[in-house]
Amino acid sequence: MTMYVEREFKGPKIADGKTVISYYIYEAPLRLWHWLNALFIVVLGVTGYLIANPMPSVPGEASDSFWMGYIRFAHFAAAYCFAIALLGRVYWAFVGNQYSKQLFLFPFWDLQWWKEVMFELRWYLFLEPDPKKYLGHNPMAQFSMFFAFTLGAPYMIITGFALYSEGAGVGSWQDKLFGWVIPLLGGSQNLHTWHHIGLWAFVIFVILHIYAAVREDIMSRQTLISTIISGYRMFKD
Amino acid sequence: MIDTFYEIMRRQGVSRRSFMKFCSLTASSLGLAPAFVPRIAHAMETKPRTPIVWLEGLECTCCSESFIRSAHPLAKDVVLSMLSLDYHHTLMAAAGHQAEAALDDVLKKYKGNYILAVEGNPPLNNDGMFCISAGKPFVDTLQRVAADAKAVIAWGSCASWGCVQAARPNPTRATPIDKVIHGKPIIKVPGCPPIPEVMTAVVTYMLTFDRIPDLDRQGRPKMFYGQRIHDKCYRRPHFDAGQFAEAWDDDASRRGYCLYKMGCKGPTTYNACSTVRWNEGVSFPIQSGHGCIGCSEEGFWDKGSFYDRVTDLKQFGIEANADQVGIAATTVVGGAVAAHAALTAIKRARAEARNSEIAEARNNESGG
Ligand code: HEM
Ligand code: HEM
Ligand code: SF4
Ligand code: SF4
Repeated sequence: MTMYVEREFKGPKIADGKTVISYYIYEAPLRLWHWLNALFIVVLGVTGYLIANPMPSVPGEASDSFWMGYIRFAHFAAAYCFAIALLGRVYWAFVGNQYSKQLFLFPFWDLQWWKEVMFELRWYLFLEPDPKKYLGHNPMAQFSMFFAFTLGAPYMIITGFALYSEGAGVGSWQDKLFGWVIPLLGGSQNLHTWHHIGLWAFVIFVILHIYAAVREDIMSRQTLISTIISGYRMFKD
Repeated sequence: MIDTFYEIMRRQGVSRRSFMKFCSLTASSLGLAPAFVPRIAHAMETKPRTPIVWLEGLECTCCSESFIRSAHPLAKDVVLSMLSLDYHHTLMAAAGHQAEAALDDVLKKYKGNYILAVEGNPPLNNDGMFCISAGKPFVDTLQRVAADAKAVIAWGSCASWGCVQAARPNPTRATPIDKVIHGKPIIKVPGCPPIPEVMTAVVTYMLTFDRIPDLDRQGRPKMFYGQRIHDKCYRRPHFDAGQFAEAWDDDASRRGYCLYKMGCKGPTTYNACSTVRWNEGVSFPIQSGHGCIGCSEEGFWDKGSFYDRVTDLKQFGIEANADQVGIAATTVVGGAVAAHAALTAIKRARAEARNSEIAEARNNESGG
């Protein structure tokens, strides 16, 4: 794959002698998915936290309120959307352009790729003076997205639906597909704990992800945030 | 000549009328239609009695105590009359060599045809020396009796999961029975103790239908362990509303709000307490104002405080729950990000300053 290899770009010159060139990288379904997915995760994280640590009690008759019910409903609704959107994203990896596949690839045997990961690491450690340019994700981003998201999302879905199967009941499809996870993790309480730890893994990923996106947008020689909004990657020199 | 269940019951003084009542009671507790009553009666009248051998290992006898307190004295009498009381540490009349001889007798006479019910579990460390009865390690007796049993019932959390005697670091290596008995159907009836009516119903089902009840993935009868306490808890409307007790003596607690924030394990515990209840259906822990401690769940004794909703993780050296660990990790990462951003800004400012210096120098050169 060539998408992480820096190339010379010949584009129109602008006033100060720098070259600006833009490539269409992220197609519309991918961009739509990115922002919907971000929304679902925020909803899942907030409601999930509130499921484990409910808000102060509401006064009045129990039949007058349904707070915990709505919070759980929001969690489950977002969970279904999140899971179905991920299926859609997997489908798009098959039919979309080459950059749509990156999220699901971990080029373990690609020496060049590892070198690029190391380069990025050095760049983040201030050991490289100038950043490189990439058409798709930079290798460091791909690395962290693969571990935190590509493995993390199915993990949350599997543990989440296993939890859901407890309410859906014995014999439900959730139980048939995911019920085996409960004894595997040593019971229901452990399953809650494992699912809960996932929340914090996602929080940390999101912090690093957004920081890296903003930083690289300013520091590196290419656009990032506008790329995931408009789809076009512009190289600034 | 081997007697039928019915004959034995009649001999124990159970009237025909009581016998029929017992059959309908059994049908309803197993969730069967009334049409099953005559079938149960018929089975009882014609089937030869299957004896149950009851062994006790490392345990506290709470299962036996629970069993003999089955809410319906009727069910209890009937079921007790089905048991081979020739060998049951707590209930048998015989003692010493006599008792051991009685056990050998049952094993010989009913070879391949008796049910083994196990209370407690075998400790395996030091060749099983932590639990000896009749001069032999319990694990040996257990395996010997299990070898010719038709099926095995694991009473309570001890036989099913290990229970408190298996708590970390488990010095005697107390081991659930399914780890030492192989090739036999094992029915787990966990709880500390299990609910008496559940115990008698399981026994009755096996004796009358001559098969084991439907089991879930963890080997428990689905009819009693298919739902969580939380699914049928009468405080559930308070849970859904978002009304929680936050202290044992607060107003919410007095109003009978949900005990979730007090660490109730009802949402993670499979058992029938919230439907069958205890002591002839009088009450169950949550009804008495205390959360469920999850006594029928695997490892409940090692899962941190009974009063924490989110379990403590011990892997991190100090005791902290997922939220505390998560917040700490997020703070560290957040701090690192802030520091990184600051360093980036400084570097960038310096680079810009240098660039403008160079540019200035160039300008001066060309200008001068
Ligand atoms: C819950 C929040 C978020 C999650 C879980 C998330 C996840 C992801 C994932 C999985 C990708 C890879 C897309 C693909 O290959 O299909 C991605 C790309 C990207 N995201 Fe996010 N994202 C989140 C929020 C944000 C926010 C708030 C921003 C903007 C500040 C952002 C900026 C970007 C950018 C710029 C890329 C493209 C990176 C590149 O070009 O290499 N993300 N994100
Ligand atoms: C990024 C994704 C997700 C996050 C951050 C998240 C977070 C959480 C958290 C923190 C909890 C509380 C855990 C505890 O009891 O200690 C929770 C509970 C739960 N989650 Fe998720 N979750 C996610 C995805 C999902 C998915 C995909 C499902 C699938 C249906 C799901 C279903 C559930 C269920 C059923 C519960 C238990 C609710 C209850 O006990 O009432 N979650 N989630
Ligand atoms: S008291 Fe326990 S079992 Fe009952 S609703 Fe509350 S959390 Fe669930
Ligand atoms: S309510 Fe919970 S702790 Fe109490 S007996 Fe039932 S399962 Fe055990």
